[in-house]
Amino acid sequence: MARRENSEINAGSMADIAFLLLIFFLVTTTMDVDSGIARKLPEKTDQPSDVIVKEKNVLDIVVNRNNQILVEDEIVKVTDIKRLAMKFIDNGGGLGTPIDDKPGEPCDYCGGAKDPNSSDHPSKAVISLQSDRGTKYGMYVSIQNEIEAAYNQLRNDLSMKRYKRSYDDLLQDYSDNPTESIKVKIDNLKDKYPQIITEPEPIK
Amino acid sequence: MSKFKKGKKGMPGISTASLPDIVFMLLFFFMVSTTMRETDLLLKKPALPVASEVKKLEHKSLVSTIYVGKSKDARIAGDKIQVNDKIIEVKDVPSFIYSERALRKEDEVKFMTTSIKADKEASVGTILDIKEQLRDINALKISFSTSKGTDLSKNY
Repeated sequence: MARRENSEINAGSMADIAFLLLIFFLVTTTMDVDSGIARKLPEKTDQPSDVIVKEKNVLDIVVNRNNQILVEDEIVKVTDIKRLAMKFIDNGGGLGTPIDDKPGEPCDYCGGAKDPNSSDHPSKAVISLQSDRGTKYGMYVSIQNEIEAAYNQLRNDLSMKRYKRSYDDLLQDYSDNPTESIKVKIDNLKDKYPQIITEPEPIK
Repeated sequence: MSKFKKGKKGMPGISTASLPDIVFMLLFFFMVSTTMRETDLLLKKPALPVASEVKKLEHKSLVSTIYVGKSKDARIAGDKIQVNDKIIEVKDVPSFIYSERALRKEDEVKFMTTSIKADKEASVGTILDIKEQLRDINALKISFSTSKGTDLSKNY
Protein backbone atom coordinates (compact mmCIF):
# COMPACT_ATOMS: atom_id res chain seq x y z
CA MET A 1 0.00 0.00 0.00
CA ALA A 2 1.29 3.43 -0.96
CA ARG A 3 1.51 6.00 1.76
CA ARG A 4 -0.80 8.96 1.38
CA GLU A 5 1.56 11.81 0.65
CA ASN A 6 -0.70 14.86 0.71
CA SER A 7 -1.46 15.38 4.33
CA GLU A 8 -3.43 18.58 5.01
CA ILE A 9 -1.65 21.80 5.78
CA ASN A 10 -2.33 22.83 9.32
CA ALA A 11 -4.56 25.89 9.14
CA GLY A 12 -4.85 26.36 12.84
CA SER A 13 -2.63 29.44 12.90
CA MET A 14 -4.49 31.09 10.03
CA ALA A 15 -6.87 32.73 12.48
CA ASP A 16 -3.97 34.16 14.46
CA ILE A 17 -2.39 35.66 11.39
CA ALA A 18 -5.67 37.18 10.27
CA PHE A 19 -6.31 38.58 13.74
CA LEU A 20 -2.89 40.16 13.75
CA LEU A 21 -3.57 41.86 10.42
CA LEU A 22 -7.00 42.95 11.59
CA ILE A 23 -5.64 44.56 14.71
CA PHE A 24 -2.93 46.30 12.70
CA PHE A 25 -5.56 47.88 10.42
CA LEU A 26 -7.79 48.79 13.32
CA VAL A 27 -4.99 50.72 14.95
CA THR A 28 -3.50 52.49 11.94
CA THR A 29 -6.63 53.61 10.13
CA THR A 30 -9.44 56.02 10.76
CA MET A 31 -12.98 55.98 9.52
CA ASP A 32 -13.80 59.66 9.20
CA VAL A 33 -14.96 60.96 5.84
CA ASP A 34 -13.80 64.44 5.08
CA SER A 35 -16.64 66.69 4.04
CA GLY A 36 -17.24 70.38 4.25
CA ILE A 37 -18.40 73.60 2.67
CA ALA A 38 -16.38 74.18 -0.49
CA ARG A 39 -15.33 77.72 -1.29
CA LYS A 40 -13.21 79.27 -4.00
CA LEU A 41 -11.06 82.19 -2.91
CA PRO A 42 -10.79 85.21 -5.19
CA GLU A 43 -7.54 85.56 -7.05
CA LYS A 44 -5.16 88.21 -5.85
CA THR A 45 -4.64 91.11 -8.20
CA ASP A 46 -2.03 93.83 -8.00
CA GLN A 47 -4.26 96.77 -8.64
CA PRO A 48 -7.75 96.50 -7.21
CA SER A 49 -10.18 97.25 -10.00
CA ASP A 50 -12.91 99.71 -9.18
CA VAL A 51 -16.08 97.88 -9.92
CA ILE A 52 -19.07 100.01 -9.27
CA VAL A 53 -21.89 98.04 -7.76
CA LYS A 54 -25.15 99.71 -6.91
CA GLU A 55 -26.06 99.74 -3.25
CA LYS A 56 -29.30 97.91 -3.93
CA ASN A 57 -27.45 95.02 -5.55
CA VAL A 58 -25.52 94.25 -2.38
CA LEU A 59 -26.89 92.35 0.58
CA ASP A 60 -24.83 93.41 3.57
CA ILE A 61 -24.38 90.81 6.25
CA VAL A 62 -22.31 91.94 9.22
CA VAL A 63 -21.51 89.79 12.20
CA ASN A 64 -19.84 91.18 15.29
CA ARG A 65 -17.68 89.64 18.00
CA ASN A 66 -20.72 88.80 20.12
CA ASN A 67 -22.02 86.68 17.26
CA GLN A 68 -24.89 89.06 16.53
CA ILE A 69 -25.90 89.43 12.91
CA LEU A 70 -27.02 92.50 11.01
CA VAL A 71 -28.60 92.09 7.61
CA GLU A 72 -29.23 95.43 5.93
CA ASP A 73 -29.07 97.17 9.33
CA GLU A 74 -31.55 94.89 11.00
CA ILE A 75 -30.69 92.40 13.73
CA VAL A 76 -31.62 88.92 12.57
CA LYS A 77 -31.10 85.33 13.60
CA VAL A 78 -28.99 82.82 11.64
CA THR A 79 -32.12 80.96 10.61
CA ASP A 80 -33.50 84.11 8.90
CA ILE A 81 -30.52 84.51 6.57
CA LYS A 82 -31.58 81.85 4.09
CA ARG A 83 -35.01 83.43 3.60
CA LEU A 84 -33.60 86.97 3.33
CA ALA A 85 -30.86 85.91 0.92
CA MET A 86 -33.32 84.04 -1.29
CA LYS A 87 -35.67 87.01 -1.35
CA PHE A 88 -32.76 89.27 -2.26
CA ILE A 89 -31.21 87.08 -4.98
CA ASP A 90 -34.48 86.07 -6.58
CA ASN A 91 -35.91 89.59 -6.64
CA GLY A 92 -35.22 90.36 -10.30
CA GLY A 93 -36.23 94.01 -10.18
CA GLY A 94 -34.23 95.17 -13.18
CA LEU A 95 -31.95 94.12 -16.03
CA GLY A 96 -29.20 91.54 -15.90
CA THR A 97 -25.51 91.92 -16.70
CA PRO A 98 -24.92 92.74 -20.36
CA ILE A 99 -23.28 89.77 -22.10
CA ASP A 100 -20.89 90.74 -24.90
CA ASP A 101 -22.65 93.57 -26.69
CA LYS A 102 -26.19 92.55 -25.94
CA PRO A 103 -27.95 94.65 -23.35
CA GLY A 104 -28.98 92.96 -20.12
CA GLU A 105 -32.31 91.24 -20.02
CA PRO A 106 -34.83 91.14 -17.21
CA CYS A 107 -34.86 87.94 -15.19
CA ASP A 108 -37.56 85.75 -16.69
CA TYR A 109 -37.08 82.84 -14.28
CA CYS A 110 -37.08 84.73 -11.00
CA GLY A 111 -40.00 84.26 -8.67
CA GLY A 112 -39.25 87.32 -6.58
CA ALA A 113 -41.20 90.43 -5.73
CA LYS A 114 -39.60 92.56 -8.50
CA ASP A 115 -38.98 95.26 -5.91
CA PRO A 116 -37.09 98.12 -7.60
CA ASN A 117 -35.20 98.81 -4.36
CA SER A 118 -33.74 95.32 -4.14
CA SER A 119 -31.40 93.42 -6.47
CA ASP A 120 -31.73 93.78 -10.24
CA HIS A 121 -30.87 90.29 -11.35
CA PRO A 122 -29.34 87.13 -9.83
CA SER A 123 -26.23 87.73 -11.96
CA LYS A 124 -25.80 91.12 -10.31
CA ALA A 125 -26.78 90.23 -6.76
CA VAL A 126 -23.75 90.33 -4.48
CA ILE A 127 -23.76 89.00 -0.95
CA SER A 128 -21.23 90.71 1.28
CA LEU A 129 -20.25 88.95 4.49
CA GLN A 130 -18.23 91.07 6.87
CA SER A 131 -17.11 89.46 10.07
CA ASP A 132 -15.17 90.55 13.09
CA ARG A 133 -11.82 88.99 13.99
CA GLY A 134 -13.36 87.85 17.24
CA THR A 135 -16.40 86.16 15.73
CA LYS A 136 -16.68 82.50 16.53
CA TYR A 137 -15.78 80.20 13.66
CA GLY A 138 -18.94 78.17 14.27
CA MET A 139 -21.03 81.27 13.62
CA TYR A 140 -19.10 82.10 10.48
CA VAL A 141 -19.59 78.59 9.09
CA SER A 142 -23.28 78.71 9.96
CA ILE A 143 -23.73 81.90 7.94
CA GLN A 144 -21.74 80.50 5.02
CA ASN A 145 -23.93 77.43 5.24
CA GLU A 146 -27.13 79.46 5.13
CA ILE A 147 -25.94 81.42 2.09
CA GLU A 148 -25.02 78.17 0.36
CA ALA A 149 -28.44 76.80 1.31
CA ALA A 150 -30.16 79.82 -0.25
CA TYR A 151 -28.36 79.33 -3.56
CA ASN A 152 -28.99 75.59 -3.52
CA GLN A 153 -32.67 76.11 -2.83
CA LEU A 154 -33.01 78.56 -5.73
CA ARG A 155 -31.18 76.22 -8.07
CA ASN A 156 -33.34 73.33 -6.88
CA ASP A 157 -36.53 75.26 -7.56
CA LEU A 158 -35.42 76.29 -11.03
CA SER A 159 -34.24 72.78 -11.76
CA MET A 160 -37.60 71.32 -10.77
CA LYS A 161 -39.34 73.77 -13.11
CA ARG A 162 -37.04 73.18 -16.07
CA TYR A 163 -35.87 69.60 -15.80
CA LYS A 164 -38.46 68.09 -13.43
CA ARG A 165 -35.74 66.95 -11.02
CA SER A 166 -33.81 68.63 -8.28
CA TYR A 167 -30.35 70.16 -8.55
CA ASP A 168 -29.05 67.84 -5.83
CA ASP A 169 -30.33 64.93 -7.86
CA LEU A 170 -28.47 66.18 -10.94
CA LEU A 171 -25.25 66.62 -8.97
CA GLN A 172 -25.58 63.14 -7.51
CA ASP A 173 -26.21 61.72 -10.96
CA TYR A 174 -23.21 63.56 -12.36
CA SER A 175 -20.86 62.20 -9.72
CA ASP A 176 -22.12 58.65 -10.34
CA ASN A 177 -21.92 58.87 -14.08
CA PRO A 178 -20.55 62.05 -15.65
CA THR A 179 -22.24 62.73 -18.97
CA GLU A 180 -22.21 65.83 -21.10
CA SER A 181 -25.98 66.35 -21.01
CA ILE A 182 -26.09 66.53 -17.22
CA LYS A 183 -23.08 68.83 -17.14
CA VAL A 184 -24.83 71.24 -19.48
CA LYS A 185 -27.85 71.33 -17.17
CA ILE A 186 -25.75 71.86 -14.05
CA ASP A 187 -23.71 74.61 -15.71
CA ASN A 188 -26.88 76.26 -16.88
CA LEU A 189 -28.33 76.29 -13.37
CA LYS A 190 -25.06 77.60 -11.92
CA ASP A 191 -25.09 80.28 -14.58
CA LYS A 192 -28.65 81.33 -13.75
CA TYR A 193 -27.84 81.70 -10.06
CA PRO A 194 -24.10 82.40 -9.82
CA GLN A 195 -22.65 82.57 -6.33
CA ILE A 196 -21.22 86.03 -5.85
CA ILE A 197 -20.00 86.35 -2.30
CA THR A 198 -17.56 88.97 -1.17
CA GLU A 199 -15.80 89.17 2.14
CA PRO A 200 -14.48 92.63 2.96
CA GLU A 201 -11.71 93.21 5.46
CA PRO A 202 -12.79 92.15 8.95
CA ILE A 203 -13.73 94.71 11.56
CA LYS A 204 -10.73 95.35 13.74
CA MET B 1 -11.69 -5.27 28.25
CA SER B 2 -11.27 -2.21 26.20
CA LYS B 3 -14.44 -3.12 24.40
CA PHE B 4 -16.46 -2.10 27.38
CA LYS B 5 -14.54 0.92 28.28
CA LYS B 6 -16.94 3.81 28.11
CA GLY B 7 -14.81 6.71 29.22
CA LYS B 8 -16.62 10.00 29.24
CA LYS B 9 -15.48 12.12 26.31
CA GLY B 10 -17.03 15.39 27.54
CA MET B 11 -18.34 18.03 25.20
CA PRO B 12 -16.98 17.93 21.67
CA GLY B 13 -14.90 21.01 20.93
CA ILE B 14 -16.44 23.83 18.87
CA SER B 15 -15.08 23.77 15.37
CA THR B 16 -12.85 26.76 14.75
CA ALA B 17 -12.36 25.99 11.09
CA SER B 18 -14.49 28.96 10.01
CA LEU B 19 -12.82 31.41 12.37
CA PRO B 20 -10.19 32.51 9.84
CA ASP B 21 -12.95 33.19 7.33
CA ILE B 22 -14.83 35.36 9.78
CA VAL B 23 -11.72 37.26 10.78
CA PHE B 24 -10.70 37.77 7.15
CA MET B 25 -14.14 39.12 6.41
CA LEU B 26 -13.76 41.65 9.24
CA LEU B 27 -10.27 42.49 8.02
CA PHE B 28 -11.45 43.23 4.50
CA PHE B 29 -14.31 45.32 5.82
CA PHE B 30 -11.90 47.51 7.77
CA MET B 31 -9.40 47.68 4.94
CA VAL B 32 -12.06 48.96 2.55
CA SER B 33 -13.97 51.31 4.82
CA THR B 34 -11.13 53.10 6.56
CA THR B 35 -8.27 55.32 5.56
CA MET B 36 -4.76 55.51 6.89
CA ARG B 37 -4.20 57.89 9.73
CA GLU B 38 -1.64 60.45 8.64
CA THR B 39 -1.13 62.75 11.56
CA ASP B 40 -1.14 62.68 15.30
CA LEU B 41 -3.00 65.66 16.64
CA LEU B 42 -0.96 67.91 18.88
CA LEU B 43 -3.96 70.13 19.45
CA LYS B 44 -7.14 69.35 21.26
CA LYS B 45 -9.33 67.47 18.80
CA PRO B 46 -11.25 70.20 16.95
CA ALA B 47 -15.00 70.05 17.51
CA LEU B 48 -16.12 70.63 13.94
CA PRO B 49 -19.11 72.86 13.33
CA VAL B 50 -22.27 71.37 11.88
CA ALA B 51 -23.53 72.29 8.42
CA SER B 52 -26.29 71.01 6.20
CA GLU B 53 -24.94 71.92 2.76
CA VAL B 54 -21.80 69.79 2.84
CA LYS B 55 -19.92 68.40 -0.08
CA LYS B 56 -17.73 65.36 0.16
CA LEU B 57 -14.09 66.04 -0.62
CA GLU B 58 -13.08 64.18 -3.74
CA HIS B 59 -9.56 62.90 -4.47
CA LYS B 60 -8.29 62.38 -0.98
CA SER B 61 -4.70 62.31 -2.14
CA LEU B 62 -4.96 65.93 -3.29
CA VAL B 63 -6.20 67.30 -0.01
CA SER B 64 -3.89 69.05 2.43
CA THR B 65 -5.30 69.58 5.86
CA ILE B 66 -4.75 72.48 8.22
CA TYR B 67 -5.94 72.05 11.78
CA VAL B 68 -6.93 75.00 13.93
CA GLY B 69 -7.76 74.65 17.58
CA LYS B 70 -6.76 75.12 21.16
CA SER B 71 -3.55 73.75 22.56
CA LYS B 72 -3.77 70.64 24.72
CA ASP B 73 -2.16 72.62 27.50
CA ALA B 74 -4.98 74.65 29.03
CA ARG B 75 -2.57 77.40 30.13
CA ILE B 76 -1.77 78.33 26.54
CA ALA B 77 -4.49 80.58 25.20
CA GLY B 78 -5.33 81.41 21.63
CA ASP B 79 -5.73 79.40 18.47
CA LYS B 80 -2.95 77.17 17.31
CA ILE B 81 -2.40 75.95 13.77
CA GLN B 82 -1.15 72.47 13.04
CA VAL B 83 -0.03 70.93 9.78
CA ASN B 84 1.45 67.47 9.42
CA ASP B 85 3.02 66.79 12.78
CA LYS B 86 3.95 70.23 13.97
CA ILE B 87 2.44 73.43 15.21
CA ILE B 88 3.18 76.41 12.98
CA GLU B 89 2.57 80.12 12.72
CA VAL B 90 0.26 81.71 10.16
CA LYS B 91 3.22 82.96 8.12
CA ASP B 92 4.45 79.38 7.65
CA VAL B 93 1.28 78.30 5.87
CA PRO B 94 2.63 79.10 2.37
CA SER B 95 5.73 76.96 2.89
CA PHE B 96 3.51 74.09 3.98
CA ILE B 97 1.44 74.40 0.80
CA TYR B 98 4.62 74.59 -1.30
CA SER B 99 5.92 71.41 0.31
CA GLU B 100 2.56 69.73 -0.34
CA ARG B 101 2.71 70.83 -3.97
CA ALA B 102 6.20 69.45 -4.36
CA LEU B 103 4.87 65.99 -3.52
CA ARG B 104 2.28 66.03 -6.30
CA LYS B 105 2.52 65.87 -10.02
CA GLU B 106 2.58 69.21 -11.71
CA ASP B 107 -0.72 68.82 -13.55
CA GLU B 108 -2.47 67.83 -10.34
CA VAL B 109 -1.50 70.97 -8.49
CA LYS B 110 -4.44 72.97 -9.75
CA PHE B 111 -6.87 70.41 -8.34
CA MET B 112 -5.39 70.53 -4.87
CA THR B 113 -7.74 71.49 -2.10
CA THR B 114 -6.93 72.83 1.33
CA SER B 115 -9.22 71.54 4.01
CA ILE B 116 -9.47 73.69 7.11
CA LYS B 117 -10.42 71.65 10.14
CA ALA B 118 -11.10 74.25 12.76
CA ASP B 119 -12.73 74.09 16.13
CA LYS B 120 -16.06 75.88 16.26
CA GLU B 121 -14.75 77.96 19.17
CA ALA B 122 -11.84 79.28 17.11
CA SER B 123 -11.94 82.91 16.09
CA VAL B 124 -12.62 83.98 12.54
CA GLY B 125 -9.53 86.21 12.58
CA THR B 126 -7.22 83.19 12.52
CA ILE B 127 -9.18 81.60 9.68
CA LEU B 128 -9.17 84.82 7.67
CA ASP B 129 -5.40 85.12 8.17
CA ILE B 130 -4.94 81.61 6.79
CA LYS B 131 -7.23 82.40 3.87
CA GLU B 132 -5.20 85.50 3.10
CA GLN B 133 -1.98 83.47 3.10
CA LEU B 134 -3.56 80.90 0.79
CA ARG B 135 -4.70 83.64 -1.57
CA ASP B 136 -1.16 84.98 -1.69
CA ILE B 137 0.17 81.75 -3.15
CA ASN B 138 -2.84 80.97 -5.31
CA ALA B 139 -4.11 77.98 -3.38
CA LEU B 140 -7.67 79.00 -4.04
CA LYS B 141 -9.68 75.85 -3.47
CA ILE B 142 -10.57 75.52 0.15
CA SER B 143 -13.07 73.58 2.16
CA PHE B 144 -14.32 74.37 5.63
CA SER B 145 -14.47 70.96 7.19
CA THR B 146 -17.78 70.32 8.90
CA SER B 147 -19.81 67.42 10.05
CA LYS B 148 -23.20 66.87 8.48
CA GLY B 149 -26.24 67.81 10.44
CA THR B 150 -29.21 70.12 10.41
CA ASP B 151 -29.10 71.55 13.92
CA LEU B 152 -26.93 74.62 13.44
CA SER B 153 -27.73 76.08 16.86
CA LYS B 154 -24.92 73.99 18.39
CA ASN B 155 -22.41 76.03 16.41
CA TYR B 156 -22.60 79.19 18.43
